[in-house]
Amino acid sequence: MIGRKGAFHDLSWRLPAPGGGALAVWRRNLLVWRKMMGASLLFNFGEPLIYLVGLGYGLGMFIGEMGGLPYRTFLATGLLASSSMTTASMEGSYSVYTRMVPQQTYDGMLATPLEVDDIVAGEMMWCATKGLISSAAILLVAVLLGAIDSWQALWCLPAFMLVGLCFAGPALLVASLARSWDIFAYYVTLAITPMFIFCGVFYPTSSLPGGVQDVVGILPLTHAVALIRPLAAGLPLDHVALHVAVLSAYALLGFYLAAVLTRRRLIA
Amino acid sequence: MHSPDPVILARGLCKNFNGLAAVRGIDLDVRRGVCFGLLGPNGAGKTTTLKMFLGQCHKSGGELRVLGMAMPQQGRKIRRRMGVVPQADNLDPDFTVYENLLVYASYFGIARPLARERIDELLDFVGLSDRAATHIGELSGGMKRRLSVARALINDPELLILDEPTTGLDPQVRHLLWTRLRELKRSGKTLLLTTHYMEEAERLCDELAIMDHGRIIAQGSPRAVIRQFVEPDVIEIQGCPPPLHAGLTAANAGRLEIFGETTYVYTADAQALALCLKQSPEISYLHRPANLEDVFLKLTGRDLRE
Repeated sequence: MIGRKGAFHDLSWRLPAPGGGALAVWRRNLLVWRKMMGASLLFNFGEPLIYLVGLGYGLGMFIGEMGGLPYRTFLATGLLASSSMTTASMEGSYSVYTRMVPQQTYDGMLATPLEVDDIVAGEMMWCATKGLISSAAILLVAVLLGAIDSWQALWCLPAFMLVGLCFAGPALLVASLARSWDIFAYYVTLAITPMFIFCGVFYPTSSLPGGVQDVVGILPLTHAVALIRPLAAGLPLDHVALHVAVLSAYALLGFYLAAVLTRRRLIA
Repeated sequence: MHSPDPVILARGLCKNFNGLAAVRGIDLDVRRGVCFGLLGPNGAGKTTTLKMFLGQCHKSGGELRVLGMAMPQQGRKIRRRMGVVPQADNLDPDFTVYENLLVYASYFGIARPLARERIDELLDFVGLSDRAATHIGELSGGMKRRLSVARALINDPELLILDEPTTGLDPQVRHLLWTRLRELKRSGKTLLLTTHYMEEAERLCDELAIMDHGRIIAQGSPRAVIRQFVEPDVIEIQGCPPPLHAGLTAANAGRLEIFGETTYVYTADAQALALCLKQSPEISYLHRPANLEDVFLKLTGRDLRE
């Protein structure tokens, strides 16, 4: 008899104030991941290997260079960015919804000193961590295949975390609004997949028509690729502050709205 | 802590959902060390009330203090000293029995060594020591409920809130849980539970409140409530023939209530009536003392609730 839907009178717009409990939420997810680490890592290493060998060498034969880089390096450095996006988005939407609704994991947590803000912050950090793991796996594969050979690439690791946070925020926002799993298919088809194709992972955005470039320029993956590609390829960096600012803005706005809406959903 | 304050103090507590009142101004004092029962038909506002006590539902009006602190403002601090057994088990399906408790302890910030010590004790307490490595999906309903109780005790709470703790359990598990709950009460914990089983409330609770339509309509010890609202004895007559019914009414034998085939006679003088009924062997009847269920049905009616 607890009405949760549309309890707008309880909608509090106050800023999230997560505490140390967020770390406990993050650790809970890490513990689950560790139990299934084998399968996760196989996926994390196997998929980029197929992409890099299949597309990198296959297409690379015809393309040669792109944007001043051998094509397999161009592709590898693009996938570094997109993999954090995909992984963090999946975790923040499907997995978070599963914990929130069918498993009622959060209801259990809310009977402890944890607050909704802790849960959302902990989930956000975990999504970014998973993004970091998947991109780091690609980095390792790319290095072993010789597609990346610059020590500067190590700077990618904090950047992966930032990209993960950037996509975790909006994904958590979508999860907080979801009434079933169906909405995530729309989110992937309408938001994630177009970014994967249009934001510079496979070719430079400069080859797109002018109007499309303007739209693509405000999408977060464009900035993620523009930040990570030169870092990984050992090239000079451009507009770092802008890219970091855009990625942070998506992360923070997503986190804020996700916290407000998840509060509305879980606390009547 | 030996404060004289009640563990839960509610004054004029209200909750509206989009203009619909679920709880309409209740006053409640749950004293330290008692087992308090919150009874009522479905939709009476019990679960909403419990959720307000633990901060998962914020009051629309009135005053609410739990363990001497304001709810929901100090929810974090309050929940540190509180345990909750929810109506629907929400154990973590990604973990084993042991891991469930270990991870839950981490939400309270309990250090690992202390947590491990408590887990061993608690698994023993609920009889799940040999199931530590079992996955949640492989547990029976009774085992899950016992694990939920163990989980709610991981922080050694002063107040334990249980929402329908024995619903759907077989008699063996119910009796085990009752024994454990009594032990917890003896150890000084305050228990607050909701239940649909009047016999359970009568056995376990020192005090209780009956809710209906968001209000408390009766409050006190089970005996006091029974004394206050119904006659001491009940005689149930199966298929009471009309002449007998007329006779009972004429003799002013007691308060009569007919439901289906059964006539209930609530009376202060059951001996005389029983003696009279014995002379008609064709009439089958049952003589018993009045119980909480009689009070409950008198106050909330016999109509079905959604």
